[in-house]
Amino acid sequence: MLGVLRGMGITLKNFLASYVLPRRPDSLETGGIVTVQYPEERLPEKENFRNFPFLVFDGTVDNIRCVSCDICAKECPPKCIYIVRDTDSEGKPLKRPKVFDIDFTVCMNCGICEEACPFDAIFMDHEFEIGGPERQKSLVYHRDDLLKSTAHFQKIRPTDFAAIEERRKKDAEKKAAAQATVQAAAQPKPQTPPSPQP
Amino acid sequence: MSPPVLEKTFQASDPVLQDTETFEVNLGPQHPSTHGVFRMNVKLEGETIVSLKPVMGYLHRNHEQIAENMSYLGSMPYTDRLDYFNSMSNNFGYALAVERLAKIDVPERAQYVRVIMAELTRLVNHVSVIGFLLNDLGAFFTPVLYAFREREKILDVFEEVAGSRMMCNYLRFGGVKRDLTPAVTERIKKIVRGFPKFLDEFEGLLTRNEILCIRCQKVGVLPYDLAVNAGITGPMARASGVNYDLRKVDRYSIYDRFKFKIPLGKIGDVYDRYLVRILEMRESLKILEQALKEIPAGPVMNPKFAALAKAPRNFKPPKGEAYGRVEAPKGELGFYLVSDGTAQPWRYHVRAPSLINLTVLEDLCLGHKVADAVIILGSIDIVLGELDH
Repeated sequence: MLGVLRGMGITLKNFLASYVLPRRPDSLETGGIVTVQYPEERLPEKENFRNFPFLVFDGTVDNIRCVSCDICAKECPPKCIYIVRDTDSEGKPLKRPKVFDIDFTVCMNCGICEEACPFDAIFMDHEFEIGGPERQKSLVYHRDDLLKSTAHFQKIRPTDFAAIEERRKKDAEKKAAAQATVQAAAQPKPQTPPSPQP
Repeated sequence: MSPPVLEKTFQASDPVLQDTETFEVNLGPQHPSTHGVFRMNVKLEGETIVSLKPVMGYLHRNHEQIAENMSYLGSMPYTDRLDYFNSMSNNFGYALAVERLAKIDVPERAQYVRVIMAELTRLVNHVSVIGFLLNDLGAFFTPVLYAFREREKILDVFEEVAGSRMMCNYLRFGGVKRDLTPAVTERIKKIVRGFPKFLDEFEGLLTRNEILCIRCQKVGVLPYDLAVNAGITGPMARASGVNYDLRKVDRYSIYDRFKFKIPLGKIGDVYDRYLVRILEMRESLKILEQALKEIPAGPVMNPKFAALAKAPRNFKPPKGEAYGRVEAPKGELGFYLVSDGTAQPWRYHVRAPSLINLTVLEDLCLGHKVADAVIILGSIDIVLGELDH
């Protein structure tokens, strides 16, 4: 009998404490009520939280980083990405996707596409309220639905953004330097300006 | 209108009642006590169980075959979905197997991070299991919500480091995905400091509770010999007195550096399984304290294999085989890999503790009542994702 009474005392203590101690959305060190009344209240977003992927563009929508190399589609464990390369009017392949579909009914939010992308073009978003009226069409996201600006990326994951931008800057400098040396090698004699007199 | 009056009252000695049949009941597959989609085909004599056949496969997902058609890293998120209560341990086992196969070294700090995560997972698993066990006993939702309150804090840490609360996908071959920030380390330290207080309260609520004792003691006794012969591992074997913990036996990763004890039970009944889990949590906290004190600074990823994540298809371990096993919260979780030198494993096998621990279910349940079958199943601690992989 004593054990039961002691247990009841503990439940009573917890019941009373839930009115006094800080609640969850206000303080993560809980003691009070843990349940968050979701649509009205929300937990603070964690920076590393990952959900469905999105495509990044620099500045304008035409300036999409993805070069449709198909690496993410191949590495995706459940194979939910489908890419078709864009071509110009003469049929020459361009370095941008014409079709970039992600089936969010299949995607399992593992983040391997983000890790595998060599061009920093695809990242995991914080958006999770993507419910639709039916199962098929509204959950297959096309290229234009997936495009989001770098500003959005900076907003949701500032630390990762800073690190990636720094690396990209370094890579660009290295590339420019390499190109300069290649150009210098291609043209061994210094360029002389055309003589003004014929 | 007066109620109908029976013309005849039956006596126990009545020949009509003595000519009874066994009664067949299906518990599940959508019964809340089965912890998922699992069916128990129970034959009853009155209310006593005379035969029990587990029926499984409702959640079969072809896990092994999928992994054999996948790059090595591609299976990592799938291992999360084996035992979805403790994805970090599953990642750990798989990473150990691949690292043994490809002979990858893991940096010191990453080893500590792995141990910290694995032990936090053990806390998550054991508190929830005990909570659910009480649910099965009929103590609806008070203990389980106290347990979930603590679990929530740990899951917040997982979300912060790995990006997801349950499907962590955190370990990589040769390290972990992301370093622990000082803020997260502080959070973990705070959890570890506060956890014993919660455990004391939890035990005050349960351990000496007379109803719990009556329902759990001498119920579902697993004898020592049967536990050894059936290959039972984990807290279930230790509750029967089998001194077998891979953290001591195998000393994988860096477990040989920590001082901790292996709690053992005497009888092997449901109550012992409950107590062993509580004591194991206390030992886990000791490991966590030591790991958090000793954790060195440094990289969390082997630089040679850091590029691997960029191109999982190019990762081709040499020909050979490897078996990596960890002491998952439910028992010995093993991954057996055979490589033929290509980017995909030739054979991938999971030794799932839930499946093997379940094999003794009938032996434990025979002679008990239906209500006891439910708590015996709860004390075995199965997760159907792992059972039906």
